[in-house]
Amino acid sequence: MKKLLTGNSAITYGVTLCRPQVISAYPITPQTTIVEELSEVCADGRLQAKFIRVESEHSAMASAAAACAAGSRVFTATSSHGLAYMHEMLHWVSGSRLPVVMVNANRALGAPWNIWCDHSDSLSQRDTGWIQMYCQSAQEALDTILQAYRLAEEVLLPVMVMVDGFFLSHTSDTVDVPEAKAVDRFLPPFKPRYKISPDEPHTFNISADPSLFISFKHAAQKSMEEAKKAAVLVDREFKARFGRGYGLLEKYRCQDAEVVFFTMGTAASTAREVIEDFRRQGKKVGLCRLRMFRPSPMEELVKFFSGVKKVAVLDRDNSLGAGGIVAQELKAALYAAPRKPKVYEFIAGLGGKDITPETIRETIEITLKQGNPGSHPVWMGVQA
Amino acid sequence: MKEARELLNEFLDSGHGACPGCAMPVILRHVFHILGKDTVAAITAGCFGTISGIWPNSPIKLAAYNTPFASAAAAASGIRASLDMQGKTQTQVLAVAGDGGTFDIGIQALSGAAERNDDFLYVCYDNEAYMNTGIQRSSATPWGAWTTTTPAANLKNQPKKDIVQIMAAHRIPYAATASIAYPEDFARKINRAKSLRGLKFIYAFSPCPVGWRFPSEQTVRLARLAVQTKIFPLYEVEDGDRFLLNVVPEGLPVGEYLKPQGRFAYLREGDLERIQENVDQEWKRLMARMA
Repeated sequence: MKKLLTGNSAITYGVTLCRPQVISAYPITPQTTIVEELSEVCADGRLQAKFIRVESEHSAMASAAAACAAGSRVFTATSSHGLAYMHEMLHWVSGSRLPVVMVNANRALGAPWNIWCDHSDSLSQRDTGWIQMYCQSAQEALDTILQAYRLAEEVLLPVMVMVDGFFLSHTSDTVDVPEAKAVDRFLPPFKPRYKISPDEPHTFNISADPSLFISFKHAAQKSMEEAKKAAVLVDREFKARFGRGYGLLEKYRCQDAEVVFFTMGTAASTAREVIEDFRRQGKKVGLCRLRMFRPSPMEELVKFFSGVKKVAVLDRDNSLGAGGIVAQELKAALYAAPRKPKVYEFIAGLGGKDITPETIRETIEITLKQGNPGSHPVWMGVQA
Repeated sequence: MKEARELLNEFLDSGHGACPGCAMPVILRHVFHILGKDTVAAITAGCFGTISGIWPNSPIKLAAYNTPFASAAAAASGIRASLDMQGKTQTQVLAVAGDGGTFDIGIQALSGAAERNDDFLYVCYDNEAYMNTGIQRSSATPWGAWTTTTPAANLKNQPKKDIVQIMAAHRIPYAATASIAYPEDFARKINRAKSLRGLKFIYAFSPCPVGWRFPSEQTVRLARLAVQTKIFPLYEVEDGDRFLLNVVPEGLPVGEYLKPQGRFAYLREGDLERIQENVDQEWKRLMARMA
């Protein structure tokens, strides 16, 4: 059924369709309306779930993790400082191999205080062992929730689903909400291979000494690699059932592209009309959007970019002293490429600053015009 | 009540790694015995988390889940919610934490769970410092005690938090102190907690030979002296306002309890009298709340 929904409402519909049994969450802008709406869905019985109204994000993740270990499908959502406050627990959840699904509505981290969108919150959690998916539309956000549970429960790793704060979380769009029965067929009830149970008592998460610890981490690494293949299969099955698929990378006007604009999140949808303008001028410009950040789709990136001359990477984040994180990831992947494009790096949109068609046009023009990239990323829209 | 030796290896095997004379395994064997097999325990960092095995061996024969330091209560809330959704409302959920995991880093999650009145039993074993990391002061360390972070020249200069009254102020159904020197009282309290729904808080005194600097065969004696000197009163609080004293202490001088412990060897002249005064004042304050 088609509905007009904000990104956050689309997520609520998606989560409700997945029938989690325990939700544990704490309010933080711009994620808050997800947990508000989920509270209502739980209160009026549309979703049979316990909603734990915790006193902090650390407890949100700690209780969701424990509930998952005890055998329940779980959900939580957060943003920014809330995600940072969960940091310890994020490692714990992936180390415990718990298929927790969480939405992060991307928001900058202070200081100074800022409630608006950038990707520095989730990207600074990139090494915590979570699968990370970045969405571009409300429809994709809903669909990615459904895919996230399938994927998490198949490979026993947690999944973080990202939506751009306000730009996606709070804007409305037409969303096709799938039928519950169809979702039930796609996502059967959670049947954990292991769970905490008095019927079969085990101690979870006891110490692993130095001779063993590395083996646990290696096993998780192998599962992360499997997750890449599993994500492709899950997306393919999703497309067969629901008519929509997204891939790990989304490409637009790329068949003959010599210059590719590369980014994550909603900036990609803004970029489409800019790409069209360049195409009308006869310039071979395309768009590639990175949907799955972890596990890194390195082989796909190498395969795709080895036929491209130049790439303009727009990072809505910055690692102080190192540069944009997406650009770093791309450059690391391209090291293995037989033919490498020149990588032009741009930092834009931090703390919710608009990434307008003009911003994107400027990055592409710089990339087209300059023979070689500069030694540092170009910062867009910084006051002199 | 079974004899203590019958509890040995029932739910906590002798393969655990606790120091000789540690009170905590005695406390937990009593708790596990009374709660029984149909129990899930959330364990946080601390002495118990550390002594409970190296993969793949665990001395714990109950279903148990280790969770990071700050999150014993939050994990217990999550397990409770999950079990309830599976219809296992009769399964007991237990959170186990030391004084650091309760008084300090875990108090936010504990307060949250208490305010929500989530249905589980929280047991704090209090050895009055961060013993697992090597005897650093916590907010449960008593005034005048030596620790590695309150050295002889700068002994702990603050009294310990009144954790039971903090918990009682949340108006939880049950909060009680417990001592292994009074096993019948201990067992009755765990049984009472087991029979109630909501958050129950048991605060168990846990003498530590290594950190308190006393011979390991003196553990139970010191636990008893703490009660007899009124330093550790045995009482319970129902619904946050019905206070009941369970053991009337002899009122021995505090020196009887302090002198056998090396951690109090650096007290200066007049300190003993000051501690006695504080204990007497605290006792009066507590008695004023008794029914």
